[in-house]
Amino acid sequence: MKDNSSQASNPLTRLWRNQESRGVIIQIITITLLFAIIALIGRNVVINLAALDKEFSFTFLTWPAAYDIGFSPFLEYTSQSTHLKAAAVGLLNTLLVAITGCIFASILGFTLGILRLSKNWLVNRIAYTFVEFMRNVPVLIHILAIYSLIITLMPPVKKALDLGGGQFFISNRGFYMPSPVFEPGAWMVGVAMIVAILSVFLFRRWAKKVQDNTGKIYPVFWISIGIIFGLTGIVFIAAGMPLSWDVPALKGFNFKGGMAIKPEFLALWLALSYYTACFIAEIVRAGILAVSHGQTEASKALGLRNNRVLQLVVIPQALRIIIPPLSSQYLNLTKNSSLAIAIGYMDITATLGGISLMQTGKEMETMILVMGVYLLISLCISGYMNWFNRRIKLTER
Amino acid sequence: MANEISDTPSAEATSVDSSDLIISIKEMHKWFDDFHVLKDINLDVRRGERIVICGPSGSGKSTLIRCINRLEQHQKGTIIVDGTELTQDLKNIEIIRSEVGMVFQQFNLFPHLTVLENVALAPIWVRKMPRAEAEENAMKYLERVKIPEQASKYPGQLSGGQQQRVAIARSLCMSPRIMLFDEPTSALDPEMIKEVLDVMIELAESGMTMLVVTHEMGFATAVAHRVIFMDGGEIIEENTPQEFFTNPEHDRTKLFLSQILHH
Ligand SMILES: Nc1ncnc2c1ncn2[C@@H]1O[C@H](COP(=O)(O)OP(=O)(O)OP(=O)(O)O)[C@@H](O)[C@H]1O
Ligand SMILES: [Mg+2]
Repeated sequence: MKDNSSQASNPLTRLWRNQESRGVIIQIITITLLFAIIALIGRNVVINLAALDKEFSFTFLTWPAAYDIGFSPFLEYTSQSTHLKAAAVGLLNTLLVAITGCIFASILGFTLGILRLSKNWLVNRIAYTFVEFMRNVPVLIHILAIYSLIITLMPPVKKALDLGGGQFFISNRGFYMPSPVFEPGAWMVGVAMIVAILSVFLFRRWAKKVQDNTGKIYPVFWISIGIIFGLTGIVFIAAGMPLSWDVPALKGFNFKGGMAIKPEFLALWLALSYYTACFIAEIVRAGILAVSHGQTEASKALGLRNNRVLQLVVIPQALRIIIPPLSSQYLNLTKNSSLAIAIGYMDITATLGGISLMQTGKEMETMILVMGVYLLISLCISGYMNWFNRRIKLTER
Repeated sequence: MANEISDTPSAEATSVDSSDLIISIKEMHKWFDDFHVLKDINLDVRRGERIVICGPSGSGKSTLIRCINRLEQHQKGTIIVDGTELTQDLKNIEIIRSEVGMVFQQFNLFPHLTVLENVALAPIWVRKMPRAEAEENAMKYLERVKIPEQASKYPGQLSGGQQQRVAIARSLCMSPRIMLFDEPTSALDPEMIKEVLDVMIELAESGMTMLVVTHEMGFATAVAHRVIFMDGGEIIEENTPQEFFTNPEHDRTKLFLSQILHH
């Protein structure tokens, strides 16, 4: 028998030769293999766990956790609460430090990045030194350094340092500041603020339409600021200023009233923020530098003012370069927040992946959950940043 | 019977009347740190006059025309553009920039905007023109540089010659009184130079005041009233193109001409 390959009488051979069907075949094979491997690992795990007299199950989540968590600003938690509750507290603590950290890191990072571009020699050098020093020391060292700085160098509570007018204090037990107290009628101010933000959106759209139709240009930025502060301010005064501050005061052995920020959170948040900010600064600087000087010159030669050159030409181009690496810095910060365990900040790694794991012996289950949580947070950040990137590409044209 | 003068434009053909001066540069000096890049520049340009500036690399040609729209700042002497003196006064700089168009060697189109948006941007944001009107106007100028069909493309999708024509349209859209060109064809492949020069020749025929830094002798002979030769930051020689190319006075000019003729 002669098998003439160029004729491809065999239908399977023909499928294999077709570019499109070959792709599908390769995908089917890959997925089958992947599931086979996962099943194999799963089977091994169950068999080995059984040999160790362990059972693969998540029922431990309903058992009482029997350990304390010193920092739970959002949920009521006691040592009688379940492991699930402990995990939830940990997750919220992770999210808290990740979100506030990303915000502070962005503000600081953009500022540092712009200062690095300053023509003022001193400003430029200071920003450069800060960035280079901070980002070349491992983040764990920063966290430990700040933490021990607070714990050992700050005075005890009774001698807490007054950082400003008897309102802000710092001691080795944390940072104390006034907390807002909402009195009846405060909701009106909240509503006013939301209305103000919505009207800013509407105003911007209207202003753009007016510009398109008549050419008239409103100072959109300043009017927006005016609307937000003006409207909220007027309602605030009209409602009889329904807001007061609960100022922390030293009573006996501790501060009463106000808000206390624990040294663990403070150290983790500060270290993660400024460490990441240094990388963001470099990204911002590189992004702005990548927009060639010719772009600025061409815009100026057309008669555009400096602020318009930035708004219309430089920033839109720089943002496209900045955003992709920026999202990976947000991911880094979030993942680095798991270093919390080093100073006892109770995040998801320290609760579910730490104490819960050790108390229940459920290594496999807790680790799968912890990994799943980080994966999910990371996917959310990536998804948001991708959406943001697309939006910028569409609207900044 | 034919009027010879209209065929051979010459500086002497029109009398020097100071009200007719659109650019007047007097005893102007410029330094980059302690490098004296422009030395005692005196140059008067009449409305509608077309001047070609040439000279060896580093002689300060670009710096000179960039001083006219304040992309570079001079340190001594005066520059008056269309009756407005260039000083620290930002308002004056703004006025002058919106009346002086500039075309760069590297095109410098905005890559994040379409061709049409590139051309309409400044009229919308500087002249405060309604968008529809600005875009209609932009289309008119794109037709004038013969690429209306590229309006919705991005600069990166165009050839160099097409990009430079868009850049010319972008400047013209602001209805400038003066156009500055800094080696507009130097970054182009030879086959694209002509399409850009053709657009510039048409512009010259419309009576635009033009200052062109270029080594295109054909262009200079065809449209320039005067050719200015710079070397070492000084204006060494100026003359009509015919005289300049056939009968240069200075040795440095002769040397320069022999070099550009050789390649
Ligand atoms: N921003 C600057 N800082 C310092 N020196 C500069 C700067 N720009 C230009 N120069 C110098 O000034 C001199 C004149 O530059 P210019 O660009 O005007 O020359 P040019 O005649 O246009 O040359 P080319 O034909 O190469 O374009 C050069 O020696 C150049 O190195
Ligand atoms: Mg030059």
